[in-house]
Amino acid sequence: MDAQTTIAKRVALELRSGMLVNLGIGIPTLVANYVPADLRVFFQSENGLIGTGSIPEQGMEHPLLTDAGGRPISALPGACTFDSAVSFGLIRGGHVDMTVLGGLQVDGRGHLANWTIPGKMVPGMGGAMDLVTGAKRVIVAMQHAAKGKSKIVKKCNLPLTSARTVDLVVTDMAVIGFPDGRATLMETAPGVSVADVIANTEAELVVPAKVPEMAI
Amino acid sequence: MKVVSVEEAIAMIPDGASVMIGGFMGVGTPERLVDELVRQRKSNLFVIANDAAVPGKGIGKLVDAGLVTRMIASHIGLNPRAQQQMMAEKMAIDLVPQGTLAERIRAGGCGLGGVLTPTGVGTTVEQGKQKIEVDGKTYLLETALHADFALVHTFLADYLGNLAYVLTARNFNPVMAMAADTVMVTAENIVPVGVIAPDHVVTPGPLVDYLIANG
Repeated sequence: MDAQTTIAKRVALELRSGMLVNLGIGIPTLVANYVPADLRVFFQSENGLIGTGSIPEQGMEHPLLTDAGGRPISALPGACTFDSAVSFGLIRGGHVDMTVLGGLQVDGRGHLANWTIPGKMVPGMGGAMDLVTGAKRVIVAMQHAAKGKSKIVKKCNLPLTSARTVDLVVTDMAVIGFPDGRATLMETAPGVSVADVIANTEAELVVPAKVPEMAI
Repeated sequence: MKVVSVEEAIAMIPDGASVMIGGFMGVGTPERLVDELVRQRKSNLFVIANDAAVPGKGIGKLVDAGLVTRMIASHIGLNPRAQQQMMAEKMAIDLVPQGTLAERIRAGGCGLGGVLTPTGVGTTVEQGKQKIEVDGKTYLLETALHADFALVHTFLADYLGNLAYVLTARNFNPVMAMAADTVMVTAENIVPVGVIAPDHVVTPGPLVDYLIANG
């Protein structure tokens, strides 16, 4: 299983029936591919839609029905549309049960940096700051390391997305939670040992006596 | 409300005007008004919009033509030319969280001085802003935005300027239609009064100053 599939499948296990969920671009988008068939989850696209469906068949696209990246999507029966103020009222107002975002860095206490690399990449925060500040549960879906460097760091040196800390980080190596405000190893990916995770994690990790493997 | 040609409408916009432009990655952007801004070479524009779209589309066309000197937006990451112009300081860009942008515009249209939001507290966004505590929680005071012109796109407009949007093309259009001195609208369909049922009108007709004639 490749890294992205591992991450997406594990995040999908966090979905519960009836949840309103916002998925960021990149790996988080893949989570929608692994929703169990018996689960009714409502996906929000922050450009103004609840009930996003899959990519339409060729010739069935509508130029005025797109995801937050501007790509054509479909809408499921029961979908609804709204303006940007309502969309972010849903997000900031705590009506979104769960958001899944990509990350550049997460620190040992759960602070996330995911919107800019000053001087190199200044795209703007889009909806990320509102999502991390307002969603009931924040999950970061990202590779454990990039270019040989751990993305789970002692302290973020990139600008933070929010003062609020995230609830869960799912990587290709591990699931990390923050009970008591400290990075804690909750699960390892199939074929990855606890020692592997520790060796690839810059932040100090609390390691319980028993660490289960991801049930994916 | 008055029906005008796209040429007449854009001729009313002076160089240096502040202009809100609806749309999200070019979806729901009044392309005909944008094209005419480019054709009449309206320059030194201060654009307030969600994003800079991509080169060749929506607001990206204004960036391509070098007509924008200042912009407030939440995201320009999919338009490399906008990023280049920002880095080269040819265009000053204030990057604002998307929900904050929507609320600042909404506040501007609703007679409010601003809004209190938790978004941005403890980040670089809070720099230079007043922090206000309400019931033990910290918020940033984000001031209202208002513009000289709002350029809005809709799916349906009736002869009185009542507007109804479709799908994800609604986005920032309704809040912008409230927040500018002069509101100009392009519609995919202009229909007789009554075709849009009262309950389905999103933007009330009296907000619209100019409806751009089709054709």
